[in-house]
Amino acid sequence: MRAADGAVTVQLGGVWQLHRGIGAKAAAVERDLAGSGKPTRVGFDTKGLGPWDSALVTFLAEIEEFCDARGIEVDRAGLPEGARRLLELAAAAPPLRISAAPQARPPLLARLGAAVMRLAGTCGSALEFIGAIVIALWRLASGRARYRKVDVLTLTQACGANALTIVALISFLVGVILAFMGAVQLEQFGASIYVADLVAIGITREMGAMMTAVIMAGRTGAAFAAQLGTMKVRQEIEALETMGISPIEFLVVPRMIALVLMMPLLCLYADFIGVFGGATIGVGMLHLSLTTYLKESAKAIYPSGVLGGLFKSLVYGILIAIAGCYQGMKCGNSASAVGESTTAAVVDGIILVVVACGLFALVFHVIGI
Amino acid sequence: MSSGSEAISGARRVDGPAAAHAAAGAEAHITVRNLTMAYGDYVVMRGLNFTVRRGEIFIIMGGSGCGKTTLLRHLLGLEQPAAGEIFYDGENFTRADADERQRILRRFGVAYQNGALWSSMTLGENVGLPLAQFTDLNPEEIREVAALKLALVGLKGFEDYYPSEISGGMQKRAGVARAIALDPEMLLFDEPSAGLDPVTSRLLDDLILELRANLGTTVVIVSHELASIFAIGDNSVFLDGESHTMSATGNPKELLANCTDPRVHRFLTRGGKSPA
Repeated sequence: MRAADGAVTVQLGGVWQLHRGIGAKAAAVERDLAGSGKPTRVGFDTKGLGPWDSALVTFLAEIEEFCDARGIEVDRAGLPEGARRLLELAAAAPPLRISAAPQARPPLLARLGAAVMRLAGTCGSALEFIGAIVIALWRLASGRARYRKVDVLTLTQACGANALTIVALISFLVGVILAFMGAVQLEQFGASIYVADLVAIGITREMGAMMTAVIMAGRTGAAFAAQLGTMKVRQEIEALETMGISPIEFLVVPRMIALVLMMPLLCLYADFIGVFGGATIGVGMLHLSLTTYLKESAKAIYPSGVLGGLFKSLVYGILIAIAGCYQGMKCGNSASAVGESTTAAVVDGIILVVVACGLFALVFHVIGI
Repeated sequence: MSSGSEAISGARRVDGPAAAHAAAGAEAHITVRNLTMAYGDYVVMRGLNFTVRRGEIFIIMGGSGCGKTTLLRHLLGLEQPAAGEIFYDGENFTRADADERQRILRRFGVAYQNGALWSSMTLGENVGLPLAQFTDLNPEEIREVAALKLALVGLKGFEDYYPSEISGGMQKRAGVARAIALDPEMLLFDEPSAGLDPVTSRLLDDLILELRANLGTTVVIVSHELASIFAIGDNSVFLDGESHTMSATGNPKELLANCTDPRVHRFLTRGGKSPA
């Protein structure tokens, strides 16, 4: 690198390849250029240049940009032919007209307002979606809905029978945990037998429905959102619409029916398995006989508690199906949008279930169940 | 269309003998009047005026991203026009209520860019679904009709395959089979030859010509494949992405010979120099 009569010649040598890294070579040269008084012209000497690729071109482009900004002339004559062509090509591409100007961060109030407007929009579209479902259900009831019965059956199998194993596993463990926690406390008072009551009431009233709902939100709600979202991306939903088949009737209603039918059954199943889970602790740890434990459980269980639990599971099923289908139907047009929809479906589903659970607790208390 | 010529305003109308021939004895099937398409404040296209006659193969052409597919979505009622109207057989589609719209849409067949087959159903079920929903055929008859439609697009014996089990080109053809399931009056194609090899693309062109010749179907094609535009297009509209309006309409071959708009000419000659 030497300076003579205001012209600077940059000597380039050695290997310039991407896998060797570019390093801060451009910055070093720029520092030199800025330091050595203002040069009028920059040229290149490439006698010692070895193999090169985009690493060299990137370096040159940076130097050119630096020089352009300061009004220094760049002489490309000394460069290899290929590098010169690539530089010209990069410079020839017209800048994009869609200006991506960095937007100033709007003030707090504006952001708050925008967030509220978005929330209002979401509520509006969710209500619209629920309205569309109600209309579709009405058409179904009056026999005018367009759907395939076989879809309802396969969906029922997917969200009913295929979920038996996971529901059994989780509710068994929940039964065990409830019994274990109860046993530690109740044993101190010599009231171990009441572990059976605790588990039976806890499972049938709350935990059976709750745990089934959480499992189904993660399992089926996510599946609904992913299926419908992918169909949206692949234009399959558009194809239905343009054919005059309502996607709500054809896709959403069968999913709702399948899940809403299966939820109470799964919940009842979870109740049994949960009580059985509690029994293993009762027999294994508290040395109660199985018959004693089960008799005590049967005494504790009361119809309105069980029916209340089943009714809750039905409502949870509706909420999960709506959350899953809503997110799927409003999915954007990319693979990442499907991922976001699926995540949102699970999160919304679980939040709705927990909120509903709280409301049920309040309402059941007031009406005295 | 008395108001047609003045409404075109600015767009170059090139009508030669071929267009006149296609027009002979054919009434307007699709009429687009003063259509403006916009996403929010962003105007995609304004002032679109054209007529597609019955039995015609009509090409919507233009550069990538200029709004061809958006126009197709408007024709299908998937987007609401910002201004202007679309008529089918003289019926106002834009102002129609939901039921009316469904009734009009049922006369359409749409073949999507990537087939858009329902992935949870076999090809036979895909083609059979519209038949099952909109006709009184029994399952056996539906299977037979579906097999026939698949055979027409060269997919004989593929009824029991799922869309994921066949190639992209085959999916596209199966999409055409589904589009023609109900013998529609109007067939809309979104980029039929995109992503197909020249031979398959040619076969698809031949298929479109056969359908038109034998069923009298009006065909609207969104395309930028020059070979197929010249091979099958009777009439066309050129959407200009820079001026956000249509800059020419007419038979593609005659547009190439006579149109003086430099951008249209550049498009039709793959970027060749304008004669002007």
